[in-house]
Amino acid sequence: MAAYISRRLLMLIPVLIGMTLITFSIVHLIPGNPAQTILGESATETAIKNLEESMGLNKPYPIQYSIYVTDLLQGDLGTSLRSKAPISKEIWPYIAATFELTLFAMIFAVVIGVNAGIISAWKQNSWFDFLAMLVALIGVSMPIFWLALMEQWIFAQELGWLPAYGRQNNRDPMEAITHFYVLDAMLHLDFSRIIGILKHLILPSIALGTIPMAIIARMTRSSMLEVMKSDYIRTVRAKGAGQFLVIYKHALKNAMIPVLTVIGLQTGVLLGGAILTETIFSWPGIGRYIYEAINYRDYPVIQSGILVVAFIFVIINLIVDLLYTYIDPRVKY
Amino acid sequence: MKHKFLFFYVFGLAVLLVLAACNDSSNNDDPAAEAEGNDVEAADGGVLVFARGGDSESLDPGSTTDGESSRVTRQILEGLLEFDKESFDLKPGLAHDWDVSEDGLTYTFQLEEGVKFHDGTDFNAEAVKINFERWADPDHEYAFSDAGYVYSMYGTMFGGFKGDEDHVIEEINVLGDHEIEFKLSQPLGFFLQNMGMTYFSITSPKALEEYGAEINEHPVGTGPFKFVSWQKDDSIVVEKFEDYRKEGLPKLDQVIFEVIPDNAARLIALKAGEIDIMDGLNPDDAAGVEADENLQLYTRAENNFGYVGFNVEKAPLDIKEVRQAINHAIDRQAIADALYAGYANPAVNPLPPGYLGYNDEVPGYDYDLDKAKALLKEAGFEDGLEIELWTMPVARPYMPDPETVSQIVQNNLAEVGIDIKIVREEWAPYLEKTMEGEHQMYMLGWSGTNGDPDYFLSSLLHGSNIGTSNRSFYANDEVDKLLDAAKLSVDQDERADFYKQAQALISEDSPMVTLVHSTPVMATTNQVKNYVPHPSTSESLEEVVLSK
Repeated sequence: MAAYISRRLLMLIPVLIGMTLITFSIVHLIPGNPAQTILGESATETAIKNLEESMGLNKPYPIQYSIYVTDLLQGDLGTSLRSKAPISKEIWPYIAATFELTLFAMIFAVVIGVNAGIISAWKQNSWFDFLAMLVALIGVSMPIFWLALMEQWIFAQELGWLPAYGRQNNRDPMEAITHFYVLDAMLHLDFSRIIGILKHLILPSIALGTIPMAIIARMTRSSMLEVMKSDYIRTVRAKGAGQFLVIYKHALKNAMIPVLTVIGLQTGVLLGGAILTETIFSWPGIGRYIYEAINYRDYPVIQSGILVVAFIFVIINLIVDLLYTYIDPRVKY
Repeated sequence: MKHKFLFFYVFGLAVLLVLAACNDSSNNDDPAAEAEGNDVEAADGGVLVFARGGDSESLDPGSTTDGESSRVTRQILEGLLEFDKESFDLKPGLAHDWDVSEDGLTYTFQLEEGVKFHDGTDFNAEAVKINFERWADPDHEYAFSDAGYVYSMYGTMFGGFKGDEDHVIEEINVLGDHEIEFKLSQPLGFFLQNMGMTYFSITSPKALEEYGAEINEHPVGTGPFKFVSWQKDDSIVVEKFEDYRKEGLPKLDQVIFEVIPDNAARLIALKAGEIDIMDGLNPDDAAGVEADENLQLYTRAENNFGYVGFNVEKAPLDIKEVRQAINHAIDRQAIADALYAGYANPAVNPLPPGYLGYNDEVPGYDYDLDKAKALLKEAGFEDGLEIELWTMPVARPYMPDPETVSQIVQNNLAEVGIDIKIVREEWAPYLEKTMEGEHQMYMLGWSGTNGDPDYFLSSLLHGSNIGTSNRSFYANDEVDKLLDAAKLSVDQDERADFYKQAQALISEDSPMVTLVHSTPVMATTNQVKNYVPHPSTSESLEEVVLSK
């Protein structure tokens, strides 16, 4: 196990080098002078020269790259052109916002998706099965921005049940501690705030969780159907176990292996920042951070943001691989 | 038995979900109501939420040119002068009186006494001097050049920085605690106008000392509201400054600037009562807002214009008749209606109406295909010709949909036998190549900042700006002389006259097709009173009240 983990960690090195090469190239692949792009139509020549110098754009590529990597190794993600603040300090609230949203979206997706998948497999070809799979099909095909706007329109504008945007009561924002707002509200010991923050999480979590929910439901169903046909299930049945026990105790664990892969991948995707959901619900997450940086042509933020997201994705994959051993003891490394 | 299990399992899940959703909705009925924990009763006080599409870039006003930044800093800091509520007319700010010497080289300001910065220190002439020197001198201890601070608006408006040949502010003398004098190297017609700009607001010297290069996240001024917190890409909170110099102001307790990037989502939040003012309404949604009895529609006065420019050095656009013909062939009204839902006016001059010296006697070019054809015939192009049009790759307030504009222009010109070939470039090469003159026709626009005509006319059409902001390569000695004279004069009537003459000459030469001045639309709930949008996009919210 330890050997496997260290081997996996070693394999991260070439992946990370590849990632830095890609993020480094971003600035140079866009046509035209980056300094001119950043400064826009009313830029003066001196302003362009100064910016080139401060960004180190006048040095040869290999030297620029080595400076870039050296800084990264020292934990220096660069300085945002927009805010002039160090990215390593600035990025945390965005990551926390995305983590919180992803967590709730995935809870929604897994609870609904796995259970719908199980019931569909259990009651194969029943009306529930058809309905659930139809919903799943609609779920994967639905444009997220449309779903999000419909949610806002119905639940915020027409019914007034849930807030339309943001992470917390906008007229009375609290002081952030960890930037995980649910946790922060708990630390403030403010119960009504916790409720308020959870309310803000509902609509974006559903919008964001719908596609993973649909994918998980379909995957669970097919995986369950396969497992249910295996010999050991027949044996369990022969021993007289009830349907519920068969499914939740014996079949589910084995059926979960491919589902777990999907859950891991989807979590990684969501953590990459859901630009559409984050934009429509005005959720200041990592996707918005990178998106705003693209608008502003804030290259250091684009580079570091992508690098951080890629890094998180790789780590999530590693965790999923390690979880296999827990779910299925036959898996040995 | 087994069915029972399933039933309980599913039922349990459902109950949990419903509980999670219902529990809170029974506690607080609507999101707006949950806000009023603080004791808000009468018209005064209350928390106003102002939602816009993007976050501020910096809360240090001098180091940014971003409108979303000055919208916020306008509440926190003040300059020596202020613009009038709805126009660029000047009124007293931190200076209550001012004098200009006969030769236009010395400006003396009498400053308000007893004014405090939010950090409790006194506002005085020394503070003004430190701020101006900080912008002018990259080596100043508070310039923070190493941290990437550039004061480009200062450079643009005052002819450069310390040591530059055209830099106009030669010295700043503190004559007394509340009297300050600016000595200029040459007269500058719009010097006072600059003093009204939010970008030149005064920061507390103590705060500059204390926060250093992080001053962009800790603004400290003398304005009606003081800074509380800033959550990036989310919200900026400012609260009432109790010691504000104007008695009884501000009315509100708090203003929260929220970022809601999506225009449709922002409108939903407004209708749901979660926000009070929204900027950046889609022109197409304006009719819906007008019809809604809970909402109010506002328009900002026009302060920009979009245009299709000619490179007057490239054949066949070096022939005046061709340029005039194209001007007659483009249907401005159709563009205004199609792209701005009517919230734009066809432009005659390269200057927004309402500006000093706007010439409303210039006839402009009416949409007249016969005249266009006649002019083309006169120039010898009755059999048609082919011209390249470079399309802007990004949207701007003055040009929200450049692609469609270029197609309308293409269709319009096809009717008079001009075959337009559309050229697409990325933004940076677009700007660079048009600066170097590789193009024939191109699209761009300009937005006002200090409310002075010089910023439009000289930047875009003065011969000395060829190779930089004059992408039409237009140079007319007479126009240049008029613009120079207007820039050097401090007599505003005389200046107006010079600009009027210049506009007439420019219109005759036809170096560009002035398309439209857009009037941005925005909306508020009915509770918002005394709100007046300013053409600069930055208005003080000190008098705004929320009614019940």
